[in-house]
Amino acid sequence: MMRPSVKPRVAFFDFASCEGCQLQVINLEESVIDLIDIVDVVSFREAMKEHSDDYDIAFVEGSIMRPMDAERLKKIRERAKILVALGACACIGGINALRNRYSVEHVKKVVYGDADIEGNPFFDVFHTKAVGDVVDVDYYVYGCPISRDELAKVITSLALGKKPEIPNYPVCVECKKKENVCIFEKGGFCLGPVTRAGCGAICPTNGSGCEGCRGLVDNPNTDSELDVLKKYGLTVEDALGRFDLFCYKYKGEVSK
Amino acid sequence: MSKKIEIKIEHVTRVEGHGNIVLDAEDGAVKQVQWQVSEAPRFFEAMMVGRDYTELTHIASRICGICSISHGLVSLKATENAMGVKISDQTLWLRKLAHHAEHLQSHVLHVGYLVAPDLFGVGSVFPLVGTHKDIVVKIVKLHRLANEMSDLFCGRTTHPITLTVGGFTKIPTEKELVALRHRLDDAIETTKEVAGVVLENAGKLPDFTRETEYIALSSGDEYAMYDGVISSTDAGRLNNDDYLDITNEFVVPYSTAKHARHKRDSYMVGALARFNLNSEKLSPLAKDVADMFGLKPLNYNPYMNSVAQLVEVAHCLEDSISKVDALLDTGLKDEVPDFKVNPGRGVGVIEAPRGLLIHDYTIDENGKCINANCVIPTNQNHRNIQKDMEVLAPQLVGQDKDKKEIELTLEMLVRAYDPCISCSTHYLKVDFE
Repeated sequence: MMRPSVKPRVAFFDFASCEGCQLQVINLEESVIDLIDIVDVVSFREAMKEHSDDYDIAFVEGSIMRPMDAERLKKIRERAKILVALGACACIGGINALRNRYSVEHVKKVVYGDADIEGNPFFDVFHTKAVGDVVDVDYYVYGCPISRDELAKVITSLALGKKPEIPNYPVCVECKKKENVCIFEKGGFCLGPVTRAGCGAICPTNGSGCEGCRGLVDNPNTDSELDVLKKYGLTVEDALGRFDLFCYKYKGEVSK
Repeated sequence: MSKKIEIKIEHVTRVEGHGNIVLDAEDGAVKQVQWQVSEAPRFFEAMMVGRDYTELTHIASRICGICSISHGLVSLKATENAMGVKISDQTLWLRKLAHHAEHLQSHVLHVGYLVAPDLFGVGSVFPLVGTHKDIVVKIVKLHRLANEMSDLFCGRTTHPITLTVGGFTKIPTEKELVALRHRLDDAIETTKEVAGVVLENAGKLPDFTRETEYIALSSGDEYAMYDGVISSTDAGRLNNDDYLDITNEFVVPYSTAKHARHKRDSYMVGALARFNLNSEKLSPLAKDVADMFGLKPLNYNPYMNSVAQLVEVAHCLEDSISKVDALLDTGLKDEVPDFKVNPGRGVGVIEAPRGLLIHDYTIDENGKCINANCVIPTNQNHRNIQKDMEVLAPQLVGQDKDKKEIELTLEMLVRAYDPCISCSTHYLKVDFE
């Protein structure tokens, strides 16, 4: 493996999430040993006790839910030369944004009931935000969870001072390459025509329709999606209903 | 002159999620000790309401990156119970194998990567690559097997794809099962070696006991993990549908995760609870591992939870081998789930790696979820952690331990529970519109 002249200092942070994306770092198994050859991991709370505030690259998992989290994220942004959003919650709000269908007051009332939480910063939530809604993001590693191979490639590129290549074509491209039978042909529903690839079409390959966890490609071919929907007797409402699961953000509901 | 000890460990490391330990002591007396959960709440039940029944298992798995398979499976159980869907024996066995894969994945991660550094006196597993490469390689090998076993049954290591209402969207081939069978055999030896090394260093586990209630599923047929009846060391067999009267969750101001209590002021769930209730049903190797460590029910030392996890690693491997053999004997069939959408309410229970997990859904005639409630293992443990600290901290302060040692012992206590903090800050009881 090529080595950088100076090992960049890398830190991992997490906000509201399941921490499944950081877990993919650990799930790299033996390859982690190769990666720590090219970067210094200086903070990774899920896996190590040591912590340093001196880092070059920050990987941030999770959505931003509270002012106290936004402040912590801003400090991370100030310290990092490069900030990478890790996974659907960080990149597009992901599944956390589903609750933005309701008002914050409504969700709080229903969930906490009459508990005395007024003024308690732990409980001071706003509408779910993606990391990019609060600070500038340099690179995005999409997916729920992220692909560990893609993550390893991104870390390697950044360590070598190169720009990571993230696909900007739809999942259908990867699915066709795998010669899968189309999920629509099997009577299912799939967001593959408009969702960003890079996952290897993992859901359709396992017999399940794409749920859009990597978000939209930059210029989704909506005409072709409409043609597909029409061909299989589906409506735009059907598609948007499914789309909510990870991509509620695109409905413009994120309050600033 | 008075001697003060003030400890504030913000964001305990090598656990899933954000929690703080606060200790305030003066002249040998503890004035305050608190296990605080500061994780941002995520409101999962609110996300499920209004969604189609087919999506619930996929939403549920996102509650936790480490126990996504248990959440996916229990979600299917709740959905299938609500709609009256029956599954085949083949589906049941494949699901049990997927579940074993997760217990292996999670327990090896916890014992090997998160707890072991404390036993070797280092901050993470990374320095052990240099000093104890042999054992690290064995742990990585077990972890890889568990992850690839999850891939095989679920389509992915984290957040299962193939699990669906009524069955699977894709099942393994017999050839893949045969290959897995060989690797499971091989892993038995590796597990014995890892257990040996852990035993050599187990003296570092604090000798602390506090009597408490243990709650886990129990079954007449097997060591209960996938199915069973909620049972307690204090109260015997209980009724799964009465879970709200068992868990009794409530809010405390220093925690975004709720606390729970049953017969006493707190109870514990997880590997040690399962061991304490059901150890006689463990596989032979699992019983050997328990004997190696002198682990016998009832064991009241929470630090032994990590040892109980190691015991369960042995059990899951042996039980997986017998289930794979049984599947190969009968042969695999392609089955298409066959059911109708029926309205109703269903409760699903399962043992997640961290303990008893319950999902409760109500589905309407269109297949939409109109009510959802999830009770998470770590929620049930938070109060037991707090109560342990209230007994342990005065002991440590009274023994005049230095601040660093107190900090480490309290951190190790939290870690022993293998908390999944971000799951536990989900909140519950959502009745929408």
